[in-house]
Amino acid sequence: MIPPETNTPDAISKENVTQPTAETTEMSTTGRSPDEERERPDLSALGVREGAGHTVNVAGLHAYYGDQHALRGIDICFPANEVTAIIGPSGCGKSTMVRCINRLHEEIPGARAEGSVKLDDLDVYGSGVDVTSVRRMIGMVFQKPNPFPTMSIFDNVAAGLKLTGAKREDLRERVHRALRAVGLWGEVKSRLGEAGTGLSGGQQQRLCIARTIAVEPEVILMDEPCSALDPIATLRVEELIDELKERYTIMVVTHNMQQAARVANSTVFMLDGEVIEHAPTNQIFTNPKDERTERYVTGKFG
Amino acid sequence: MSLTEFAPISPARRRRNQLMRGVLMAGTIVALIPLVLVIYYLIHKGAGSLNEKFFTTDPTGNFFGNQGGVRSAILGSLEIVGLASLIAIPTGIGVALFLTEYGKQTRFANVVRYFVDVMTGVPSIVFGLFIYIVLVTSHIGGNFTGWKGSVALSLLMLPVVVRAAEVVLLLVPSALREAALALGAPRWRVISKVVLPTALPGLMTGSLLAVARGMGETAPLLFTVSVAFGATANLGAQMNTLPVQIFNDIGSPNTTLNNRAWGAALTLVALVLIINLIARAVARRSRMA
Repeated sequence: MIPPETNTPDAISKENVTQPTAETTEMSTTGRSPDEERERPDLSALGVREGAGHTVNVAGLHAYYGDQHALRGIDICFPANEVTAIIGPSGCGKSTMVRCINRLHEEIPGARAEGSVKLDDLDVYGSGVDVTSVRRMIGMVFQKPNPFPTMSIFDNVAAGLKLTGAKREDLRERVHRALRAVGLWGEVKSRLGEAGTGLSGGQQQRLCIARTIAVEPEVILMDEPCSALDPIATLRVEELIDELKERYTIMVVTHNMQQAARVANSTVFMLDGEVIEHAPTNQIFTNPKDERTERYVTGKFG
Repeated sequence: MSLTEFAPISPARRRRNQLMRGVLMAGTIVALIPLVLVIYYLIHKGAGSLNEKFFTTDPTGNFFGNQGGVRSAILGSLEIVGLASLIAIPTGIGVALFLTEYGKQTRFANVVRYFVDVMTGVPSIVFGLFIYIVLVTSHIGGNFTGWKGSVALSLLMLPVVVRAAEVVLLLVPSALREAALALGAPRWRVISKVVLPTALPGLMTGSLLAVARGMGETAPLLFTVSVAFGATANLGAQMNTLPVQIFNDIGSPNTTLNNRAWGAALTLVALVLIINLIARAVARRSRMA
């Protein structure tokens, strides 16, 4: 079912690139297996265009689960090519908010959303907008790694392309590129035909990220992408997020404030379905304007 | 203070433990007795009549002399149940897909669920009578025919398939559906490429329960297919089936015919077992290791 692996000249050259940076050497002391640390994400393969990302503008967004009013008028601007972290206590509406951006919220029975979400000038909730095209442009990575259990590693990455009905000549090339982009290529290239669920948790999550970027979206939503991962796998995903922002606009929902501090350019603090504060990350953590933000980031509640 | 010893198990608690274990064990054995006896009698009484002629000749209908085997009954059962499965399994999985993927908890979906449950409890003879009235007495495409038996059996199998398939489809994690939807996949592709393949082994098992149930039913066939002795592969004519053959033979005052009934019963059980094993093997192969 999987075409036999042939080493294209391109693949070979990518393989042989080793980057003995100071960082890599330092990492080996953290107990990473040599196999995991060897490979750096290779975004050049994705055709990185500096400043190629798009802004997302959320305005007056209300969301409901039945009678429950989960989002009470959200206004946020997510700048292009930046990572925006969304923090806040459980149940404050972080996940609901990002799920409204790619219109996944409405898949839940009884759930609905009102307000405006704009990808540049495109209205995500515009009448006559095909929701599948919205989701193709706004990719999503979930809390728990969720590779398709019936599919091989290759098919998992190709899933987005196949499920959207794209008959692509360059399918294999794009799968390989996506796997290199998440730094998984070296670890899985010899077993692309094996089940995706056979990988470790961290590898599975990077596989899911590869699946998301293989469709070449404009924006990536991440809903607590590291909460099911161990610290080392978390670090890898965080490095990856940092690399990916050159190409994508990224939103990361997280419960981990250190993580927000590490990866995000700006941070949004949410509480009870409202945005309390949105500011550059270091300001949120060192000099928040709102008292509630300060109490949250210093661990006094939440 | 240093630890000296753990508290010992009190004799009363030990006795209670042994008593309850004994009760559970006894219950298991009581449940096993009829099961083992059925298999024992099937083999004890049926194995003797199994020979080459048993499988390769048709029943002649003779009371004395050459009475023949059960070839036509095996063929008839396979054909009629096969057609019934072709009707009931796709329809049933379709209904289950509607319930889990579209209907969910809407009023209409719940009404459908209720009627499916009611259908599960309808005695098989009622389905037989229903088809008798609707299809047989109206002489549509002949009087008693194999395909009418298939329709009656499919009515019987349908609720079993729906219920089993719904349970299995609900077991497919919603995270997988969301992952596929988030990639921009249209819903029908999410269902056909993600939900169904993931649920396939369970759907197989559920469908097999229905097939096994259909294999053993006699009542719906008596009214719709009637009986014929000769082998006919024609679903448009009267056919012979294993359950009806057993029904006829066991009521006969002839010991040889009684023994043929036991042989046929053993064959029927073996057939269900074989179909089960084949489908399991297929399901295992179709799934990623």
